[in-house]
Amino acid sequence: MSFPWANHYEPKHPLMQWIDQRLPLPRFVYGAVGAGYPVPRNLNYWWNFGVLSGVALTIQLITGIVLAMHYASNGALAFDSVEHIMRDVNSGWLLRYAHANGASMFFIVVYIHIFRGLFFGSYKAPREMVWLLGLVIFLLMMATAFMGYVLPWGQMSFWGAKVITGLFGAIPLVGEPIQTWLLGGFAPDNAALNRFFSLHYLLPFVIAAVVILHIWALHIPGSSNPAGVEVKGPQDTLPFHPYYTAKDGFGLGVFLIAFALLLFFAPNALGHPDNYIPANPLSTPAHIVPEWYFWPFYAILRAFTVDIFGIPAKLLGVVAMFGSIILLFFLPWLDNSPVRSGHYRPLFKSFFVLLCIDVLILGYCGGAPAAEPYVMISQVAAAYYFAHFLIVLPMVARFEKPLPLPGSITEAVLAKNTIAA
Amino acid sequence: MVRPIGFLAGLAFVAILLFSMITGAVSFITDPPAATAEHEYHLHPKELQLASDGPLGRFDRQQLQRGFQVYKEVCSACHSLRLVAFRDLRDIGFNEGEVKAIAHNWSTEVPSINPSTGEPATRKATPADKFPSPYANEVAGRAANNNALPPDLSLMTKSRHEGAAYVYSLLTGFAEQPAALVKAFPDSKTPQGLHYNPYFANLNIAMPPPLVADGQVTYSDGTKSTVDQMSKDVAAFLVWTAEPKLEARHRGGMGVLIFLLIATTLGYMAYRNVWADVKH
Repeated sequence: MSFPWANHYEPKHPLMQWIDQRLPLPRFVYGAVGAGYPVPRNLNYWWNFGVLSGVALTIQLITGIVLAMHYASNGALAFDSVEHIMRDVNSGWLLRYAHANGASMFFIVVYIHIFRGLFFGSYKAPREMVWLLGLVIFLLMMATAFMGYVLPWGQMSFWGAKVITGLFGAIPLVGEPIQTWLLGGFAPDNAALNRFFSLHYLLPFVIAAVVILHIWALHIPGSSNPAGVEVKGPQDTLPFHPYYTAKDGFGLGVFLIAFALLLFFAPNALGHPDNYIPANPLSTPAHIVPEWYFWPFYAILRAFTVDIFGIPAKLLGVVAMFGSIILLFFLPWLDNSPVRSGHYRPLFKSFFVLLCIDVLILGYCGGAPAAEPYVMISQVAAAYYFAHFLIVLPMVARFEKPLPLPGSITEAVLAKNTIAA
Repeated sequence: MVRPIGFLAGLAFVAILLFSMITGAVSFITDPPAATAEHEYHLHPKELQLASDGPLGRFDRQQLQRGFQVYKEVCSACHSLRLVAFRDLRDIGFNEGEVKAIAHNWSTEVPSINPSTGEPATRKATPADKFPSPYANEVAGRAANNNALPPDLSLMTKSRHEGAAYVYSLLTGFAEQPAALVKAFPDSKTPQGLHYNPYFANLNIAMPPPLVADGQVTYSDGTKSTVDQMSKDVAAFLVWTAEPKLEARHRGGMGVLIFLLIATTLGYMAYRNVWADVKH
């Protein structure tokens, strides 16, 4: 793949030669994540988060498979089987806390990965397909995480399932039948729990498959880089191994330290206490909130409080919530500035910072009770979110005067080093 | 095509949201939300420090045993502990014989069947049994408590915000309802059969004050059993019932952290070494 100067796989050991002639899998790995993949030499630490997302997915798969050996997906048993894991299974508490907090860590690194792509224009030609597949992964992650949160069958599991499937009930005419069909009943119960468990086990493997496509699509043009100019020759690249495996190894260490701090010393900090109360269809929690990684979208959902031209506010909220993600699929064509990196786009940079603050505000409001002033704040913040992508970015692309781009990656690196010296 | 359509969609979203915002703001100003007794009088849990707090926290077994004694002699009359087994008491310092005796002498027996007739019966608890519920079922629990079911306590300190401090505050927080509250919110007068407690979410709890007098429980280790002390001890005990593996978690975490710090330092040095001859 990619550049003509890429190292070629040359097995020395007769056994490896024998395998290579029959199934060139080692050759494939060598070219994908080994010394055979030339990578721009100027990647900064923001480029660590792709690999970290892959690690987070692997941790979820391994802990999840073992947890499934002890978990009972039955409405009458689910809650107690989770407590059985916490109390009686050898190291069960470690597995369960690793899986629950692993989901949070997965979302943290994926959000950073996405915002890195947003700032450095990684979604632009010729990498649109990488961006689109990444968004597919993100949607699958959200579905998987939501269904996973239902499995412990606590109060937030039950009421979260009720609220989220209730969103489909907002669809005109066919909404209620769809909701009933999704749940396998009129309210979340055993049928819903079982299908959520089945899908929660299936979807991570679908994610893994799309991750392979994501990396495949990435390797056609090769990795993007902070300067945003394309690779011009061998002097611009380094082999992935050992240069970026070493850098990713260090990044992985930092990631695992953060993960360990959360897992061992604050394992319930990101969860909701109500989920330690068994699901009770007759008692509604005071505040139904999803997990923190859904808060920005939950704030957008709840920001729509007024019916417009007979369209119910709930339907508008649902459309906007899904729209807030769907619009990202059009981003490569909304932002048609030829300059990729935010470093050379002064106006874009200011709006990018504004977007980051805006999403944090949305997140805060999504976790807060649905009361004033949070609703008003989230309405303004949601308005900016849509305006940013649909109005501001196309305008900026049109009117901004970008800074001069470096001639090549090597030139950018040398210029930076001169300034530093 | 994408940009003009996107532009119109963006305008529509912005217009609807700003219209909703203005509508909300107008009603917020013209019709501000009324103050409620819960909002004005609900108190945040008091400060509580336990040996199990912090990243190096360990259980104070003496305190857990005192807390267990309070549970056994007071709380267990109404509250179950259905996720905890008698055998688990070994973890808080009781020996095998003591655990056997505690199970055997427990005031409630375990549901069973008569081995010769198959009729429903009860038998003495064994260390392998979970703590039996004081009521045969939910209906019995409600019937005995004015329709308010006493919640299971196994996970109490994890199912409330700041659980241990909440339990401690609730147990020591019973008080006369302030006259000012009734004056400002006449509808919020504590109803008959409920008890005013500012640490409870809606201020009025069905549970009567369970710990009322110093010396209600006689501690064998010589600790003075004030209401405050008993409340602290039972809160500490409920931290253990909710998170029995806390010590293993803290210990394991320290080991993992030390390993990761060393490994990451080596990883950083390897990274610098590999990149030593490259400008970047």
